[in-house]
Amino acid sequence: MVDMVMAPPEMQVVYDYPDSLTDTPTSYCPGCTHGIAHRLVAEVLDELGLREQTVLVSPVGCSVFIYQYFNLDACVAPHGRAPAMATGIKRMLPNHIVFTYQGDGDLVSIGAAEILHAAARGEKITTIFINNAIYGMTGGQMAPTSLPGQKTTSSPTGRDIVSTGNPIRMSEVIAQLDGAAYIVRRSLHDVASIRKAKKAILTAFKVQMAGLGFSMVELLSSCPTNWGIAPETALEWIEQNMLPYYPVGDFKVRDDVKAL
Amino acid sequence: MTRELLKGNVAIAEAAVRAGLDAYFGYPITPQTELLEYLSQRMTDLGRVFLQAESEVAAINMVYGAAATGARVMTSSSSPGFSLMQEGMSYIAGSELPCVIVDVMRGGPGLGNIHPSQGDYFQVTRSAGHGDFHPIVLAPATVQEAVDFVTLAFDLADQYRHMVLIAADGQVGQMMEPAELPPMRDRNRPEPDYALTGAAGRERRVVHSLHMQADEEEAFNLKLQKKLKQIKKTEQRSIEYFTEDAELLVIGYGTAGRIAYTAVEAARERGIKVGLLRPQTLWPFPVQRISELADRASGCLVVEMNAGQMLEDVRLAIGGQIPVKFYGRMGGVVPMPDEILTAIEENYSRLQILV
Amino acid sequence: MQKEFLFAGFGGQGVMFAGQLLAYAAMEEGLEVTWIPSYGPEMRGGTAHCFVVISDKPIGSPVTRHPKVAVAFNLPSFTKYEPVVAAGGLLAVNASLVEPITSRTDITQLRVPATQIADEVGDLRLANVVMLGAVLTAYQALPLDALRRALEKHTPEHRRNLLNLNYQALARGAELAAGMVQSA
Repeated sequence: MVDMVMAPPEMQVVYDYPDSLTDTPTSYCPGCTHGIAHRLVAEVLDELGLREQTVLVSPVGCSVFIYQYFNLDACVAPHGRAPAMATGIKRMLPNHIVFTYQGDGDLVSIGAAEILHAAARGEKITTIFINNAIYGMTGGQMAPTSLPGQKTTSSPTGRDIVSTGNPIRMSEVIAQLDGAAYIVRRSLHDVASIRKAKKAILTAFKVQMAGLGFSMVELLSSCPTNWGIAPETALEWIEQNMLPYYPVGDFKVRDDVKAL
Repeated sequence: MTRELLKGNVAIAEAAVRAGLDAYFGYPITPQTELLEYLSQRMTDLGRVFLQAESEVAAINMVYGAAATGARVMTSSSSPGFSLMQEGMSYIAGSELPCVIVDVMRGGPGLGNIHPSQGDYFQVTRSAGHGDFHPIVLAPATVQEAVDFVTLAFDLADQYRHMVLIAADGQVGQMMEPAELPPMRDRNRPEPDYALTGAAGRERRVVHSLHMQADEEEAFNLKLQKKLKQIKKTEQRSIEYFTEDAELLVIGYGTAGRIAYTAVEAARERGIKVGLLRPQTLWPFPVQRISELADRASGCLVVEMNAGQMLEDVRLAIGGQIPVKFYGRMGGVVPMPDEILTAIEENYSRLQILV
Repeated sequence: MQKEFLFAGFGGQGVMFAGQLLAYAAMEEGLEVTWIPSYGPEMRGGTAHCFVVISDKPIGSPVTRHPKVAVAFNLPSFTKYEPVVAAGGLLAVNASLVEPITSRTDITQLRVPATQIADEVGDLRLANVVMLGAVLTAYQALPLDALRRALEKHTPEHRRNLLNLNYQALARGAELAAGMVQSA
């Protein structure tokens, strides 16, 4: 792609295609923020010079194909088990960078045990957690992070917390664990938030490089298709509905992380 | 030859260490726990990877991850925990990664009990996860055989890029017997071409079991089946006693097999023409040898510590040539040699009437 | 020639170790041997047992319904295993803790006040070794010296200070059994 647009000699290239991504069209819907999250992670890996020493663990969900989009050694874990698989890899390759990229169904529901224990062990891996409050790949069912009253294909009259329970704020939960070094939530609904998200991802990987423990960045993301709204409205939906329930913030920044 | 008095579980663990085990992930469950306990110290002393996982589900996926880096990896469990590993096993088969899994079988179904059983035969040979595959399954009857099979398991796993199960029962796990351990093997070996090690100076590698297009998935399955067919052809293993002139062929594996040996020996002393075939591989099942022996025998008696699971494989192998009868105990009850002897005598006299 | 031994008693009476010691001794003598424990919750508080088979040929079944020798360290073990000893076999009983006497006439009963002797030797925990000394004298499966060598080689480091007492316990058990066998 870079080759197609040659910048004149007097001009500087300020926006390039990251080496850490492959030139592959993604399968994501228009307006989905997975693409932004991918780009941010890839930029960070490029900037830190980590591409050739990183192993990516794909989840199950819309981002199951992430191994096609990242120009990295990669594998695909069973649903929810990415942190366990990443643990096996990291224990064998302690000097490599290992990260999982997981959605809310994968991480908060079926894989709740695996993520909690990886964090509790202080496993030196990084997790990028995409929270869009719905199951995307299977077609819009209720997620453990779906909001009270949220209509989904498996909560057609709106999520009733009396019978379905309450949404889980996973970053806050994991922040309680001593093995967790850096746990933050960011949002992808506007440019300023995206910039902050990138900074957090950068810190998360630096935490791993320094071997300080488990790091996770939760990213509030959109799913216009399954929310049944237009892409632009979806970004507003994040701001109006998700942010009040899932406030952005730093839930755990250990002192050794602050010192980085 | 230096023999040591070793408990089955410990012998399997140390044999794995000597076969070049790089990493072990597991979860405690009786009657295999000594295996995990032993490795927790031994692997740490050697500077190798040991981790007690939060569940068998996590353990098998840690195995999956470590195997993806090209490591020699093992986990172990017992029946209920083994059930939990099936998800990961299917993914490992779908990714064609080598690993060794030990199932020290106990009484079931459900929580069952901790006594020796062979109730997992179907599970280990047939349903070790969803999709079309069989693991290679080795069934030791003695502590020495357990030791020897561990080395064999790692070698077969590497050779075929396939998972190898060691299906022991509680008795093999808990029993102490003199055994000779192999020398410590050098762990250095060339990096396998599938290993995820960071794509430095080479094309990136992907370990996965995902083929979205049906024809691609079928192509993968055809490749897998071709490999399994090859394994079926070359890896059938069994051991025989008194089969030369046997009119009644007894077939039993693991602990049931060695108890049957004592019964067969006693029957021979009484002039009964009976022989024993003890399968050492449950998959591939020693079909060829059983079929040959069935040509010469006039009856067959299958002995198992379950309700008759291998029995189905024996009947398939024999294909109706001769009658196949069954004697089994369940729920963790280990049959005594005299029970099997009675079953041999009854079946033998029935054959004499037929003749 | 195959010989089967069953050792049974309370957890903590050294039942498992008695069986293991016999197994070690058999192995040192170049024989085949299997040792099988009861395991799991039984080990914690209840009656535990282990089964030892010694043979000069490869061993098939490591279990048998009627062992040639049963060693009962307590009353529940006596009650459970007295009926199963093979005809012509030996039932060894810790007479310090087991009062009843077998009514079977087809087996030999060896009553050893093992706990009392162990106490005299200097440590109650040696009752298992006293019993072994007596059993191997009454039922000569292995030379006593093989057992002494097994003790020397396989007593764990933190128990080695008891090694001499162990030899004494073994000798006391053997003496007692020798006297009984002669008088029988």
